[in-house]
Amino acid sequence: MINKYRWWELVFIYAGMALFLVFVLAPFAEAFFVSMRPIDAVFRIPYRFFTEDMSFQAYRDMWTSVPMLGRYIFNSLFIALCVTLLALFCIIPAAYSFSRFEYRMRDGLLGAFLAINMIGAAVLIIPLYKLMMTLGLLNSYLSMIIPGAAFTVPTGIFLMRSYFLRIPKELEEAAIVDGASRLYTLWRVILPVSLPGIMVVAITTFINAYAQQFLFALTFNSVNALNPLPVGLYQFFGRQAVVWNELMAASLVGILPVLIVYVFLQRYVVAGLTSGAVKE
Amino acid sequence: MTRKFDPFPYLLLVPALILTLVIVAWPLFETFRLSFTDASMRPTYDYVGFENFVEIFQDDFGEVIGRTLYWMTLSVVLKLAMGTIGAVLLNAAIPGRALFRILVMPPWIVPIAIGAFMWGWLYNGQFGMISGVAQRLGILAGPFEFLAYGDSAFYATIVTDVWVGTPLVALYLLAAMQSISTEMYEAAWTDGASRFYRFRRITLPLIAPSIATMALLSAIWTFNSFDIIWILTEGGPRGATTTMIIDTYKVAISRFRYGEGAARAVMILVCMSIFAGCYLALLRGISKRAQA
Repeated sequence: MINKYRWWELVFIYAGMALFLVFVLAPFAEAFFVSMRPIDAVFRIPYRFFTEDMSFQAYRDMWTSVPMLGRYIFNSLFIALCVTLLALFCIIPAAYSFSRFEYRMRDGLLGAFLAINMIGAAVLIIPLYKLMMTLGLLNSYLSMIIPGAAFTVPTGIFLMRSYFLRIPKELEEAAIVDGASRLYTLWRVILPVSLPGIMVVAITTFINAYAQQFLFALTFNSVNALNPLPVGLYQFFGRQAVVWNELMAASLVGILPVLIVYVFLQRYVVAGLTSGAVKE
Repeated sequence: MTRKFDPFPYLLLVPALILTLVIVAWPLFETFRLSFTDASMRPTYDYVGFENFVEIFQDDFGEVIGRTLYWMTLSVVLKLAMGTIGAVLLNAAIPGRALFRILVMPPWIVPIAIGAFMWGWLYNGQFGMISGVAQRLGILAGPFEFLAYGDSAFYATIVTDVWVGTPLVALYLLAAMQSISTEMYEAAWTDGASRFYRFRRITLPLIAPSIATMALLSAIWTFNSFDIIWILTEGGPRGATTTMIIDTYKVAISRFRYGEGAARAVMILVCMSIFAGCYLALLRGISKRAQA
């Protein structure tokens, strides 16, 4: 058979896979080991993977040494959720428009949206800062939500559009013939059948929004109570004596929400992320 | 028959248009405008023509551009190499591959900042794992603080960036490999072609467009990489990891020199549009070949 491997080929593939996974997962494993050690064992020389005094103590202590940890995690989830909702509100109608109607400038506009993907948010940080200042949004959730959403809209439109394109036109034509308005048709006919596609877009947007909260929060927000997790923990990272075991424990707890989403909705995530690399 | 103008499709675009016009288009325009001014914290500013651009190049900006391109190229090449190898391994029909496919994604989905915190610890010279293991194996004679020296910090930030970017490249190329029909492999196999030969003569040519697409997209994303460098080194030590993005941020936000910062941002946009142009040309080439 074509897929039959000889033993040395199998050894080679598994060895390669193991090396690859070590590179990918070592930081997580090490973060976990560090979080299990008491702080004096963290700073022990020579380096040892396992020590006898491992415990979950850091996971208890971190709530007192990072007093706002719960708040940071809540902020992260809250911001990512709002970004997702705001983005979906923009993405769904726009993608529907691009997929269903013929009009002048359509392809130009779609191209313009996709071009946004090429621009990093950091490039626009000066006018964005002034804009947030003018609108009085500095130090508010909105200063992190609105820009966050804007930069996820293009990929979302592209993903959603390719999903809408696969839905047969006859479906809404039948509804229109029955006298339904077009907005009603979008809301009651198209959206229900596109739920799997909307799921992919929503999950992709959520994960991206959760992953990329650093720049806007660092720049636009200086109220600690509003900080998302990455910036909240960054303050502790920057200190002279970093309490590594607790920082790692807090980091691991902070990535738990996305890991859970990922493990349970893995198929959607992979579909969304790989097609997010725009090709056509 | 002339059709009546139908506003409906335009109305559907309104929310997305408002958001992107305010957050992207207007700031883009402002960046260009500010780059010709001496704007700072003061309430008023003047137009100064190309003075900012002349100034930044008299400064060390040429060096920053060179460093950025080198940083980006090395990172993208490594991501593509690792991603291709990863995709080949994930594509092998072996027990456990469904699990392996799940296990490779975490670096891409966890917040970049938190990934950077973890690497910050790995690079710790006294107590970190890399230094510790290297000392055990006798590669290093003593503790080595990776982020404290220009050269090692430069490569350390690249390694972290590669770590973040590789999973997506691998998964994307895996999807490309899976779209190749098995019949082709079977025909080659019947002719007695070895597995390596099949890879070189079937897989590689057929995924070449995907590799090229990923190379340019990855170049664009890598060029815009901010979190990793900012968290690990803030552009230091002594500017060794200051890429164009970091440089712009420092000048504009940390030192409040908006005009000069905007000029630096414009230079980034110029580089970006070169990559974007290559990307579009590539896509056009691919779709033309697909039609032929």
